Amino acid sequence: MTATIPACPECEGALNLPTDLIAGELVACDDCGAELEAISLEPLTFELAPEVQEEWGE
Amino acid sequence: MQLAFITSRLRVEEKQLLLALEREGVPTTRFDDGELSLALTGGAHPLLDCDLVWNRSLSFGRALYATAALEALGVPSVNSARVVETAGDKARTSMVLAAAGIPQIATRLAFTPAAAVEATEELGYPVVIKPIVGSWGRQVARVDNRNAAEALLETRAALGGWQSGIFYVQEYIAKPGRDLRVFVSDGRAIAAIARRSDHWITNTARGATVEGLRMSSELAELALAAAAAIGGNTCQVAVDLVESPRGLLVLEVNHSAEFKNSSGPTGVDIAAELARDVARRLEVIA
Repeated sequence: MTATIPACPECEGALNLPTDLIAGELVACDDCGAELEAISLEPLTFELAPEVQEEWGE
Repeated sequence: MQLAFITSRLRVEEKQLLLALEREGVPTTRFDDGELSLALTGGAHPLLDCDLVWNRSLSFGRALYATAALEALGVPSVNSARVVETAGDKARTSMVLAAAGIPQIATRLAFTPAAAVEATEELGYPVVIKPIVGSWGRQVARVDNRNAAEALLETRAALGGWQSGIFYVQEYIAKPGRDLRVFVSDGRAIAAIARRSDHWITNTARGATVEGLRMSSELAELALAAAAAIGGNTCQVAVDLVESPRGLLVLEVNHSAEFKNSSGPTGVDIAAELARDVARRLEVIA
């Protein structure tokens, strides 16, 4: 991954990303534990992942 | 030939499935269920140009209604609306399994707290009270006596939403520290695990550990029979079972199972197995 890695939108900590990151993938911030969603790869952008709802599960 | 892949969030499972589909050479378009707007009375949508839908939505409600809508609009899904509707509702699952003669935990359904308390008395304590819709062991309660049952059931009834007034009560099984799960894909039992925990709720979302399990013929046959009752030979489900003094009993069936903790211990690439069956189905349809 060559793009500049943005900071965590929650705590501005540095994100540790998998090399094969794909759009929509969830990553956790090592600093604050926030669950983030890669909403786009170009530009590389993260938002807080949608919160789990009551009837979500497997 | 085009597959639609619907998600709410891209978990490890969905990423593995997308990579497996890529290896199978399946042309796949992704859709976010939060962005869908389906024209029920006619109108174009890219989903309607797809030949098959693989719905991996985390939301039971979204999965059920998207699948039903797409079926009505002529686009089939890997798991039909009937499979999602049945597997996503514990009471409906119990009914379908009972009709098929599948051994299960003794289960009662009641519609008022008072009737549910009587059901707990008749089953004998302890009992387990579960919401009819829900996952990851949430709101699953073990109840040891009448006072606790009355308190819990009154609280549940006050939660709001009509489903909170449908009371699903089961006998408590003193299982041997683990329960079992069999992954079934289109009539094949592809992998089996045991989920072990010191807590009586053996759910990996609650910290249970996973070990691979040899697939005995008894285990495979019962899981396949349960899957067939829910969705014939065309469904992808995970069948949860418990070992009891009466033998193996089916607990529940999951229509969009998580498997990230299961591939390693079983040595089975579950994502690859599921993707292969979906590729095969797509070839038959297209």
